[in-house]
Amino acid sequence: MEVSAEAKRIMVVALGKLYSSRTQRGGLRLHRSLLLTLVMKSARDIYHAAQAAAEPGCEQQQHPAAEMMTTEPAGAPDLQASPPSRTLPEEKVACASTETRKSAENKENRCPAAQHTRKRRGKAAAEPDFLPRKKAKLEPGSCPQQPLVVNSVLVDYVKCGSELGNAMPLHRAIAAC
Amino acid sequence: MYVFEEERKSYLKADIISTVEFNSSGELLATGDKGGRVVVFQREQESKSQPQRRGEYNVYSTFQSHEPEFDYLKSLEIEEKINKIKWLPQQNAAYFLLSTNDKTVKLWKISERDKRPEGYNLKDEDGRIRDPSTITSLRVPVLQPMDLMVEATARRVFSNAHTYHINSISVNSDLQTFISTDDLRVNLWNLEITDRSFNIVDIKPANMEELTEVITSAEFHPQQCHTFAYSSSKGSIRLCDMRQAALCDKHCKYFEEPEDPSTRSFFSEIISSISDVKFSHNGRYLMTRDYLTVKVWDLQMENKPLETYQVHDYLRGKLCSLYENDCIFDKFECVWNGSDSVIMTGSYNNFFRMFDRNTKRDVTLEASRENSKPRAILKPRKVCVGGKRRKDEISVDSLDFSKKILHTTWHPHENIIAVAATNNLYIFQDKVN
Repeated sequence: MEVSAEAKRIMVVALGKLYSSRTQRGGLRLHRSLLLTLVMKSARDIYHAAQAAAEPGCEQQQHPAAEMMTTEPAGAPDLQASPPSRTLPEEKVACASTETRKSAENKENRCPAAQHTRKRRGKAAAEPDFLPRKKAKLEPGSCPQQPLVVNSVLVDYVKCGSELGNAMPLHRAIAAC
Repeated sequence: MYVFEEERKSYLKADIISTVEFNSSGELLATGDKGGRVVVFQREQESKSQPQRRGEYNVYSTFQSHEPEFDYLKSLEIEEKINKIKWLPQQNAAYFLLSTNDKTVKLWKISERDKRPEGYNLKDEDGRIRDPSTITSLRVPVLQPMDLMVEATARRVFSNAHTYHINSISVNSDLQTFISTDDLRVNLWNLEITDRSFNIVDIKPANMEELTEVITSAEFHPQQCHTFAYSSSKGSIRLCDMRQAALCDKHCKYFEEPEDPSTRSFFSEIISSISDVKFSHNGRYLMTRDYLTVKVWDLQMENKPLETYQVHDYLRGKLCSLYENDCIFDKFECVWNGSDSVIMTGSYNNFFRMFDRNTKRDVTLEASRENSKPRAILKPRKVCVGGKRRKDEISVDSLDFSKKILHTTWHPHENIIAVAATNNLYIFQDKVN
């Protein structure tokens, strides 16, 4: 679908720009990073809306690769706080289509084995090809011991966001899939 | 061959002009570049023998304002690029200006020296110390004329007050204080005191994950020393009164135009971010520049702008490519003419636009060497948006997006403009009748 393909492309470009801004002279530019994050968010929302509209019967479909998950930076002091309970409120505030979001979130938190029991996975639910293949798990109770396996690109991004103090500049990071 | 090209690129990069500013009399014009240098031009005196020849601007002083620095604590390089220059009104024979890079503001004194003392007793003309035993008589040194020398000295350095990148500075009408603004904070300084500043606006959220907007520019009101305005990346402007509270987090006026839902796109947030805000000279209006438009706001009307001018609306359909090639992040500035009747801003392909607020007429001009010989009259340009392209028109697809005019300035009283096109400075004057 046109819209969803464009949204995907915009997200990819935003990621690339965020990644390359790490090596820019003068350090990370907060304004630019913020605008890129906003574009990525709105592209993501439109992508999901387009996906949901495309297959109304499969609204509950899992899109693990495309899901945005809040993640804690490896060095952040509040890694010990339970992320799952924190993600949901943040997701609600940030996202327009909360309904899809919530159900999708719950799907994320299930173990991978459960996902494969779905009988039919349409094309739209297939993992977008632009993201690497690592799967991330966000299970209650497991987080304090196991930090999220995130895309190494974004871990680096987060680490070198030293200008922004301890907190992460991004409120969403693309989970490795 | 490859190495040569790389070197040439970096040489040119340092020459890219990053700011231009006339002083309050229009006698001087300062430019700052990516290499941290400031070049000041002075208008030559109009000669009586050639009244037709209006004063031209010649180089008056060149100095290295900022050097690249390294923040060891954060492992960050601090660029030497001059982001803004603001002149102080002249109070004596010397000229003063403030120049800033991402982290440090400096006050420079530019003064002339046309005499030097000669005839010292303890040293000879070369400066070598004389052997005291050879001195048999005393003389009084006298001031002798010398070739004019223009010196620039850094009188104050205002540093260590900004965590984020400084985007603007503005001198107060009280001529004693100024503000420096970064993405999240506005700091108030006294020109005499460098070791402290007051934070007057702080929009940093407790949790950075909740950050939704940043400050993009701030300016003091031209007459009211207690009023300043700051623009945001969300397209809003806040007017603050420093008499209300020490911390001006609460605005006294909030200017925002509701978004037109029909034009919503992926890039709506980026293109609504305000890149420049300027008070009119009379202090009654505010002008803002976002990616596609310039808006004039009446300070008495907060809910919508008084006037909106389309700078290059033909780019609306090209936002996706402009996003990919980064042009959508370009920060264009805007300026008023001396009487606030005309506004000017830059565009791509070395085009710049002027809008007459009274006649509602606008013109597109080009700053390029090929198209303008000295003393030639600039020909209006036109971009063809669709359909048949006329002979002199240029199509949207032929526009050169690497040639952008981000910085322009207008003489405070006369119709003289300075336009920075990458590493070239163009000065245009009104035709002499």
